[in-house]
Amino acid sequence: MNFSELLNIGLMQGFAGLSLFAVLLLMGLGLAIIFGQMGVINMAHGEFMTIGAYTIYLSSHLTELYAPGLKQIYFPFAVVLAFFFAFLLGWLVEWVLIRHLYKRALDTLLATWGISLAMQQCFRTFIGPKEVSPNLPDWLLDAWAPVPGLDIPRNGLFVLALTLFVTGAVLLALSKSRWGLRVRATVSNRMMANAIGIDTSKTDRLTFAIGCGIAGMAGAAFTTIGSTGPTSGQLYIVDSFLVVTFGGAASLLGTVVSAFGIAQTQSLAEFFLHGSMAKVLTLSLIVVILMMRPQGLFASKVRR
Amino acid sequence: MSEPKNPKDLKEKSAINSADELFVSSFDLHANNRRRFLQGMSALSILAMPGLSFSADKLPTDKVNTTKLAVTDTEVIVGQLHSSTGTMAISETGSIQAEQLAIDQINAMGGILGRKIKVIKEDGASDWPTFAEKAKKLLINDHCAAVFGCWTSASRKAVLPVFEKENGLLYYPTFYEGLEQSKNVFYTGQEATQQIIYSLDWAKKEKKAKTFFLIGSDYIWPRTSMKIARKHVENFQKGTIVGEEYYPLGSTNFGSLMNKIKLQKPDCIYAAVVGGSNVAFYKALKAAGITGAKQLLVTLAVTEDEMTGVGGDNFAGFYSSMKYFQSLTNDNNKKFVAAFKAKYGKNSVIGDVTQAGYLGPWLWKAACEKANSFDVDKVVAASPGIELKMAPEGYVKLDENHHLWSKSRIAMGMPDGTFKIVSESPSLIKPDPFPKGYQ
Amino acid sequence: MSMFQALNKRYQLISLFILAILLVVVLPLLLDIFRLNLIGKYLSYAFVAVGLVMVWGYGGVLSLGQGVFFGLGGYAMAMFLKLEASDPITTKIQSTPGIPDFMDWNQITALPLMWHPFKSFSFSLFAVVAVPTLLAWIVSFAMFKRRVGGVYFAIITQAVALILTVLIIGQQGYTGGVNGMTDLKTLLGWDTRTNGAKYILYYVCVALLIGSILLCRWIQTSKAGTLLLAMRDKEDRVRFSGYDVADFRIFTFCLAAALSGIGGALFTLQVGFMSPSFVGIVPSVEMVIFAAVGGRMSLIGAVYGTLIVNAGKSFFSESFPDLWLFLMAGLFIGVTMAFPMGLAGLWESFVVTRWEKYRSKAKGSQSDKAALAGGLQ
Repeated sequence: MNFSELLNIGLMQGFAGLSLFAVLLLMGLGLAIIFGQMGVINMAHGEFMTIGAYTIYLSSHLTELYAPGLKQIYFPFAVVLAFFFAFLLGWLVEWVLIRHLYKRALDTLLATWGISLAMQQCFRTFIGPKEVSPNLPDWLLDAWAPVPGLDIPRNGLFVLALTLFVTGAVLLALSKSRWGLRVRATVSNRMMANAIGIDTSKTDRLTFAIGCGIAGMAGAAFTTIGSTGPTSGQLYIVDSFLVVTFGGAASLLGTVVSAFGIAQTQSLAEFFLHGSMAKVLTLSLIVVILMMRPQGLFASKVRR
Repeated sequence: MSEPKNPKDLKEKSAINSADELFVSSFDLHANNRRRFLQGMSALSILAMPGLSFSADKLPTDKVNTTKLAVTDTEVIVGQLHSSTGTMAISETGSIQAEQLAIDQINAMGGILGRKIKVIKEDGASDWPTFAEKAKKLLINDHCAAVFGCWTSASRKAVLPVFEKENGLLYYPTFYEGLEQSKNVFYTGQEATQQIIYSLDWAKKEKKAKTFFLIGSDYIWPRTSMKIARKHVENFQKGTIVGEEYYPLGSTNFGSLMNKIKLQKPDCIYAAVVGGSNVAFYKALKAAGITGAKQLLVTLAVTEDEMTGVGGDNFAGFYSSMKYFQSLTNDNNKKFVAAFKAKYGKNSVIGDVTQAGYLGPWLWKAACEKANSFDVDKVVAASPGIELKMAPEGYVKLDENHHLWSKSRIAMGMPDGTFKIVSESPSLIKPDPFPKGYQ
Repeated sequence: MSMFQALNKRYQLISLFILAILLVVVLPLLLDIFRLNLIGKYLSYAFVAVGLVMVWGYGGVLSLGQGVFFGLGGYAMAMFLKLEASDPITTKIQSTPGIPDFMDWNQITALPLMWHPFKSFSFSLFAVVAVPTLLAWIVSFAMFKRRVGGVYFAIITQAVALILTVLIIGQQGYTGGVNGMTDLKTLLGWDTRTNGAKYILYYVCVALLIGSILLCRWIQTSKAGTLLLAMRDKEDRVRFSGYDVADFRIFTFCLAAALSGIGGALFTLQVGFMSPSFVGIVPSVEMVIFAAVGGRMSLIGAVYGTLIVNAGKSFFSESFPDLWLFLMAGLFIGVTMAFPMGLAGLWESFVVTRWEKYRSKAKGSQSDKAALAGGLQ
């Protein structure tokens, strides 16, 4: 084992940490947006991600059946479609359920949990209990090897790029767009925002739907990493919660920092210790820090 | 009353001697092969005589059932206890289907001791306490004569005390970690040593592997399996273990692990990663450039069922160690696969555990007929030494320790998601749930 | 107001009496021992639901991690029973006889230090209550003293549930991992698996549950109960009046944790094993729905809610396994949207109000006031 090989492994390990960061951030982003804006925790977040994942699977399936020639290019369109489906469903859920519960934040937890159960059973009934994986285009498989011995996973690169894009877009939209202005106004003073003519309930609905849409995209991206089954959402939601809680739920920046911190801790611990121990170590660290800073890393200045 | 008993018993014996032929014959009827059909008819005709005499004076219910099981003059009730919901539904669906298929076939042949099998299905919902609750229901409320079910070790451990307390009978289909032997359980899958020792010896002999990297999901089965693997490699093969890693169930993050593997450069990756993690693990290997062309990998946990999720592309060139693969070419298996696909659709796949699940009802049938009774104690006493010639995996027999003698096989994953068998143990391997020297 | 309170008290006593009759006399007469044992299992969840009524209904703090405390209590009891079940004679096949079987599988050759105190029955009983309470105190002290509450507290309790699950599963040499602790047979030499033992355990469970309800009722009617309600509705005003809001909340949370621990121990005794599947997020949220269906403000309603949801679960998963999740989802959504006060709320607003009206009509006075009071309750 010579120096260049060690250097390669070091680089790959750095990338492993980065791609875990991307995964965690993408998971937590939708949840954080909704929570930051409305104080609603969407317990069906994982299932919205699963919707995105199934969208990819179905598109891959349809492409294979009707247009095998498009195998290499269907993926980006399917990701957009995943956003769209999850967005629509989010809009619907907000309109049917969530808007009636804004006064009772705790009850939204239960109602959205109910939605997640119903969605799981829908997946099981209409798509099937088995886990599925889409047929990915070749440019998402294998490793990218700029020099021999240095293998950078292409799926990791894709997820990283997508995360950067989505996070950037969200931050930009929050600071520059009309929607962002309304969101910020509503967050800082809902009553006043209403009084000056901002339709806060419409803003809420849009925000909820966008959060769900991002969840859908995240789920779509994760089909490159793992498989999808009716209960996959349960796996995702746990990590999403941790990221958001640890970051200090009301702050997007907190989510970014917390995803980065958790990812690096875990990936380094995995490399130097053992897989299961790494998880325990990371979680214990999170608990200890949360005991000292229960509001998370970046607490919101506004006391609700 | 005692007078007519003797000749009837004699007739019964003749029926039992031909039980194995009966298995063969019923299958041949499915295959519609004329020559075999005739053979089958002759086998049936041997049976037909006692069968007719049954209808005149069939073994009375109070004779075949002295322990208040749910047996009437026309039917016998059995239980089926698997998860049809929850995370394990993915894996257990195959077993549910195979057991149902076997029961349907047995019923089509007239059932057991002249009684049709009626199934009560219970859903364990991937939740171990629910398994225990439903096991109690099946035994205490429904008085099932036998139960086919459970998949994970955890569910088996949860129901085991129930079966021992209520003196029930469980046929358990999954390959598992061993270290267990109960009067009330028959294990139709492989125990750990059957699966592991053969595959390690194969890797050493055929692939010249000396260094091994052990990877498993973090629960009892992989841990015990890897313990046996480590002892075998270090003490018997004089090889080295360069790494041993466990990841939480459901973990999808294997980036760091890939780098560890690259650092250690093992001759062989020996894996027992299960469930949702499985797919992520093979995708990560592929994404890290570790493919079947460059690296030897043997796994204990990829059957045809998992392959549908993992995808042929990601597993191509890697090896799996099982006792059964769908691509086996013997006649029994061809018929089994045809019958399975006829019932569950041509896209359905059959994995190792599915096949083992299929054996359960047949083993029970053979034991009941040997014992001339449904009583659990008598069936258990009659079970050791029972042979199945019709098993899709080939001839198997039941050991005194309630596990099956079976062959072990190694198969290579193909890009289209099927397996190509590359090696098969020359003879049946004796099950050894408490291996000496591996503790 | 005082008249309403007296009326309410009597009404509460009557309904508790009805519940006691149902549990002590009616159900044991109606059901065979298998079903009764199931009811006993459900009643052990009811301890959690009763605790949730205190924390959530009265304290206004939703915990989605009550399974943690249920599990800790259950594990404390299971550790004692497991040690008793692993005497050197029955475990002589192991490489190290005398330790629990799962330790032997995980190459542990001596009993870990943490396990030694659990050889004592009295220590185990103490731990059943003390361990969950201590953890609850640590969590709630860190949170409530910094005025963290509401949804944020709920997700922190979830994180705790998750972390404990991973710890238990990961440290399987010490905890039994995913399999949990199985094959628990005797309690101080008394076989807990016989029918007689099941009857006795059932009655112990009922007695403790009714005792817990009385204790909680007593707290509710005391000054602390009034303060809790006040805090839930106008936290700042209570604080400005000079009370330490956090202390009351910590107390309630610890009380609920202790009750859950007792429930967990009774579960272990009646079912014969304990596994991490009770500690995770899913069972914890399910326990909240027990309380929500019964009525988050009603201690007795919580017991009925637990019984009804679980009986429904058993029935539906036996008859229509596919429909069960849809039904459960419907319960979650329906109860939160339409009947936030659960069954107890329905009972109060339909039956009791009518009854009050009828009575006050007979008396010819105060009908409005009584109806209003009934509606408020």
